[in-house]
Amino acid sequence: MKTREKTRKDAAAGAPLRTPLSTGSEWTFDLIQRYYDEIARIAAENGLDTYPNQLEIISAEQMMDAYASVGMPVMYHHWSYGKHFLSTQKNYQRGAMGLAYEIVINSNPCISYLMEENTMTMQALVIAHAAFGHNSFFKGNYLFRSWTEADAIIDYLVFARGYIAECEARYGEERVEELLDSCHALMNYGVDRYKRPQRLSLDKEHARQAEREAYLQSQVNTLWRTIPKLMDEREQLSEAQRFPAEPQENLLYFIEKYAPLLEPWQREVVRIIRKVAQYFYPQRQTQVMNEGWATFWHYTLMNQMYDEGLITDAAVMEFLHSHTNVVAQPGIDSPYYNGINPYALGFAMYRDIQRICTEPTREDEIWFPELVGQDWRKSLDFAMRNFKDESFINQYLSPKLIRDFRFFSILDDDYQSRLKISAIHNDTGYREIRHMLSAQYDLASREPNIQVYDVNTRGDRMLTLRHFQHNRRPLANSVHEVLKHVARLWGFTVKLESVDAGGKTILSYECRLEKRHGQ
Amino acid sequence: MFHLIDRRLNGKNKSAVNRERFLRRFKGQIKEAVARAVKDRSITDIEKGEKVSIPVKDVNEPTFGHAQGGVSERVYPGNREYLRGDEIDRPDGGGGGGNGGAGNGGDGEDDFAFELSREEFLNFFFDDLELPHLIKTQLQQTVLMKQVRAGYTSDGTPTNIHVVRSLRSALGRRIALSAQPMEALNTLQDQLDELLESRDEHSPEVATLQAEIRHLKARLASIPFLDPFDLKYTNRVRIPMPTTQAVMFCVMDVSGSMDEEKKDIAKRFFILLYLFLTRAYDKIELVFIRHHTQAFEVNEDEFFHARDTGGTVVSSALKLVKQVITERYASSDWNIYVAQASDGDNWDSDSPICRDLLSNELLPLLQYYAYVEITQGDPQNLWYEYETVAAQHKHFAMRRIKEAGSIWPIFRDLFKKERAGA
Repeated sequence: MKTREKTRKDAAAGAPLRTPLSTGSEWTFDLIQRYYDEIARIAAENGLDTYPNQLEIISAEQMMDAYASVGMPVMYHHWSYGKHFLSTQKNYQRGAMGLAYEIVINSNPCISYLMEENTMTMQALVIAHAAFGHNSFFKGNYLFRSWTEADAIIDYLVFARGYIAECEARYGEERVEELLDSCHALMNYGVDRYKRPQRLSLDKEHARQAEREAYLQSQVNTLWRTIPKLMDEREQLSEAQRFPAEPQENLLYFIEKYAPLLEPWQREVVRIIRKVAQYFYPQRQTQVMNEGWATFWHYTLMNQMYDEGLITDAAVMEFLHSHTNVVAQPGIDSPYYNGINPYALGFAMYRDIQRICTEPTREDEIWFPELVGQDWRKSLDFAMRNFKDESFINQYLSPKLIRDFRFFSILDDDYQSRLKISAIHNDTGYREIRHMLSAQYDLASREPNIQVYDVNTRGDRMLTLRHFQHNRRPLANSVHEVLKHVARLWGFTVKLESVDAGGKTILSYECRLEKRHGQ
Repeated sequence: MFHLIDRRLNGKNKSAVNRERFLRRFKGQIKEAVARAVKDRSITDIEKGEKVSIPVKDVNEPTFGHAQGGVSERVYPGNREYLRGDEIDRPDGGGGGGNGGAGNGGDGEDDFAFELSREEFLNFFFDDLELPHLIKTQLQQTVLMKQVRAGYTSDGTPTNIHVVRSLRSALGRRIALSAQPMEALNTLQDQLDELLESRDEHSPEVATLQAEIRHLKARLASIPFLDPFDLKYTNRVRIPMPTTQAVMFCVMDVSGSMDEEKKDIAKRFFILLYLFLTRAYDKIELVFIRHHTQAFEVNEDEFFHARDTGGTVVSSALKLVKQVITERYASSDWNIYVAQASDGDNWDSDSPICRDLLSNELLPLLQYYAYVEITQGDPQNLWYEYETVAAQHKHFAMRRIKEAGSIWPIFRDLFKKERAGA
């Protein structure tokens, strides 16, 4: 059988010799090892730099567990993860949803999950996608490099879970749950956007925690000291000064440091949520880049395996089938339309960069003179390392892709009765669309810009937040609920002012809280 | 360099804690949903798990977000016919422009639906229910003893020897006893080695040293490996376990006047009762009695499934209950409950007999008697006779069920937990 195959292939001029690693769809540990070795070799030839890999075989139920706890192998307990689990379970059992083929964790070593139900081809795809694609992105991209601690995250989560469990034992599950609810509501406002966070480390975390508790409390006490100081004229004048002097964008940080009534353990919990939020922050900013990168590499690696005769025709068909599903982009008028598919856009963009490097057209020479004729591997590597979604699209979205995706933009102005098409895929529209799509991926424009504006340090301790409106977009109704959470954390009345572009307050929300003892 | 780890054997219920917390948090809403779900269930699948849904607004976690309004400009894929400057109508509800997708996503948004396991379902189902007056025999019944572990002791039977503990204490004892002679032995050995460098083997000093060394070695050798003193035994003590014995009589009318619908309602009622009892009480006996003009004691399967029919003489069933009680459940040892379901049809002359039977013979033996009448018509003579019984006896309860939907509320009403002090 084998020899006949060989001769037939030899006869087909120049076709590679097919000696596939496996033929059936069953996987074994030995096979995974051999596939991994081959993929690793090809990845190294393509210059992918990765953290060491840890592949874990898990069952579908375990995949659902992993799903429910935002993919992390260790996580503190909270009902919202239970809710997530229940809905995943329901959808899965109903068959409404396949499970994701893979989950990969930005840690060192990089942990990827392989589901036992997968076929060998799918395992290979997952290895290429997660263990090499995502992994190299985690290691290379500047946001991940500077904002997350791959080495320490698992340890930190172990610490966090232990600490929160201890708090539950000591102060009651209910109080901890309330606190976590409130923190989760502000999770997106618990990240430093511009300042680099401190490095995480389990040991140091333990050691510093007690110290920090004492110190923090003393700081808070100073701020809220009520014994009147000897005030001279100057100081009385400066009373008009706001605290904080500059608006603060990290609400959770501000609460951790200055909320008057929080107990030390509560501050620590706020800090934990803040750290977790910070860890996920780069992921939220690099969805297109990250998924696109992983997809590009599984596509490239699997194809090269096929070219080298390491996988069978059947396997490559199976691979292409799921790959095509992943990168499908339904149009807006399709019933399946669900926003722009980050896999599709990212994959297309990296492929496009590769194309511009190797087979540029006249148009590309005008738009991307710096890419034309360059080594595509180096150009891709540069693109992967130094951008986030917003800047990546602004830099690399080519007219050809805009045409391929048939991008167009709709202007929705509530002062006008009808929507207006503001740009389409033509010469005048390319730059506008590129600019708008880029802005669309800017987290700052997606989420309302809300900052700590003022605290009444001498009177009723009211906290004032400011929402800086952008394009007159109002806040969703959930604002009332969220303000309750802020008030619970702050312990006193909280006010939120919506401020228009001219700096004028146009709307204000308030959540009153009378001071209660033991709260 | 990579690791391949098989995690399949690790626990898969990592989310169990979170799931349970979710259920606890939304207990109120889930209970409502369960009650709603039960209403339209057939008998056979009442015991299955259930899909329940609770309002999504309750489970939402709020975050700051944008509402519709203001100016937004967004990019979409898949342009077909639009040119720059075209104007289109604003789609309903889509607002910011999720033209195609918004409608689809909108449908399921009102409820958060999920599956409860059978166990969880029944837990919510029978929450707060109990058999009334379940105290009588707790006080009188001889208690059962249960063995529980209680640490370790230094005597016991050989079967209870705790090997690890025993060897650990043996090791401790050997170390303690050998420390001093071992030290002395080492010193002597050093002296001997020193001496041997200058003297020959037969000198008297060497001989004394050697004798002493022999003596010490013998002493060390005589320390036993395991001494009876070392043995540790697992300690078990007997603690009393209060138990209650209870028996429930299920009495169902299967006469001709009970049409299929009524029988179905009666069966549902008894299935609820059956599930509740078997779940909530470890030790409970069930006696099934069906009657038309004659009463028979049957097994569970026949009770729920057999079909036979005839006229109605309720007292036949009550007599059989009495007979079974006297034969098998001497009342000082047992908590006795009776649940009866009927359509209220009875021979006119039989109803007063039933009343007397109940008042004089049965009720004094019973903890609780629940009567449900399944009929849409007016009450008949049996109901009126029973009303006089209910007026005299507090532990006699009667309710009317008109339709399947009201089984559950009535069931709950009959078996709800009594408030403290009530």
